[in-house]
Amino acid sequence: MMSNGGDSSEIIRELEELKLKKADIEHRISTLEAKLQDTAAVERYDAVSNGDSYPTAPELKHGLSPDQIYRYSRQLLLPSFAVEGQSNLLKSSVLVIGAGGLGSPALLYLAACGVGRLGIIDHDVVELNNMHRQIIHTEAFIGHPKVKSAATACRSINSTIKVDEYVEALRTSNALEILSQYDIIVDATDNPPSRYMISDCCVLLGKPLVSGAALGMEGQLTVYNHNGGPCYRCLFPTPPPTSACQRCSDSGVLGVVPGVIGCLQALETIKLASMVGEPLSERMLLFDALSARMRIVKIRGRSSQCTVCGDNSSFNKQTFKDFDYEDFTQFPLFAGPLNLLPAESRISSTEFKEILQKKEQHVLLDVRPSHHYKIVSLPDSLNIPLANLEARLNELTSALKEKEDGHVNTGSCTNPSVYVVCRRGNDSQRAVQYLRELGFDSAKDIIGGLEAWAANVNPNFPTY
Amino acid sequence: MQLTLEFGGGLELLCDSEKIHKVNVDLPNGAESDDFTMKHLLSWVRTNLIKERPEMFMKGDTVRPGVLVLVNDCDWELSGQLDTRIEEKDVIVFISTLHGG
Repeated sequence: MMSNGGDSSEIIRELEELKLKKADIEHRISTLEAKLQDTAAVERYDAVSNGDSYPTAPELKHGLSPDQIYRYSRQLLLPSFAVEGQSNLLKSSVLVIGAGGLGSPALLYLAACGVGRLGIIDHDVVELNNMHRQIIHTEAFIGHPKVKSAATACRSINSTIKVDEYVEALRTSNALEILSQYDIIVDATDNPPSRYMISDCCVLLGKPLVSGAALGMEGQLTVYNHNGGPCYRCLFPTPPPTSACQRCSDSGVLGVVPGVIGCLQALETIKLASMVGEPLSERMLLFDALSARMRIVKIRGRSSQCTVCGDNSSFNKQTFKDFDYEDFTQFPLFAGPLNLLPAESRISSTEFKEILQKKEQHVLLDVRPSHHYKIVSLPDSLNIPLANLEARLNELTSALKEKEDGHVNTGSCTNPSVYVVCRRGNDSQRAVQYLRELGFDSAKDIIGGLEAWAANVNPNFPTY
Repeated sequence: MQLTLEFGGGLELLCDSEKIHKVNVDLPNGAESDDFTMKHLLSWVRTNLIKERPEMFMKGDTVRPGVLVLVNDCDWELSGQLDTRIEEKDVIVFISTLHGG
């Protein structure tokens, strides 16, 4: 079977290629179908007008074509939205930054409702563990850029709008140029440096910013930099400590929660673009899914002291281009692995496999939170979450004692070692550092954690 | 003084994972009920409700960066921050800003 490894990856590659081609062909079919409809409609009118019995298609002041009138009819029928709202929407352009949990529903609705031009920017590729919340993507696009996937979905819903693709990360070097091309910016990102960068850029360009965030079972939504309202920095002049900035990939998120916030971002964007209603400026919506509560609170207005949008701000495009947002927020966008321990305090996952094979006496300590441990764990491991390690140290001591006693009976004289594992190999280093300070001199961490175990030792071991 | 205190955006983890706390706060010695401000309340919360990692809630004598404080659904920036007067039956929300998506 081993020799088939190369063949199966070849098949997977070919499958992915074919799926991409299929998506492309489907897009071309829907474009042609839309075109045919337009042409057929024109021919119908021509035929009718040549017969002289009916007038030609009327010249309409709002500029909507017969097909557009039919497509958007349910919105035109709304007295508070009406044809003026739709006409404004069709002339507007929106940039959605991030095609993830928030961007997915936002993009679907923005494409469907008839925003004239829709930009999508994201550097990431679609992964299986995105699918539960990033509902714009389909399995066929796993491994492919999110932007390609999202753009294909938007075009298949509405082939009559213009969709711009940016398969790249937003940086201070490209942000001004990209954002300047759109009327409204939607922040659907997932980290503090991007949020500060996008807000600052919107202030410099005078663009309204529809900002959403979601984590776990909660979501938040507001509109920044609109009509004299505050910017992100007016509210949060100082970035929060890094430990207060959780990611969905670490803390988890119920798929529908960013879905709700993303839909509301689409709604606020539609209101701004069509110029109807009252935007959520100087107010913030707080959503708590578990208790089924949404509250809207009044927040401060623009701060005259704000370093970016304040009265005496010297923040300009050059300051922006030179600004280091990762350093400002102390939040790395592309985090490398932690390197806390000297090499002799660490072992690789394959070395640990050999220890298991040789049946060397040891205690395997898993320092992940207990709800992680319940998903999957290595056999014969002891779970003490890092946060509780200090309080539950006696459990480790007695596990070691047990192994030692068992060992005395077999006549060997080496003390059992402690190996520490976690999900990715960061917390395990913190735990080993702590244990060594307390005199557990044999403590070593398994480099790369369970992810490395799955990658290097057992490909059937589940990752999450 | 009867108050409702709510914690969200992860701050509830600092107080036994309870989001809503209906509390009865004794006024500090010598304080009249119309002197009771957010400054007093913050120190009361820190002593009586925060069970772990107080640095995740406060910095100096105020809340840490990234925490919004709402007094009766209104940003405390609009009512005088630490000097905001607190009255019987007020609802005070502490919410950590989210960044995920």
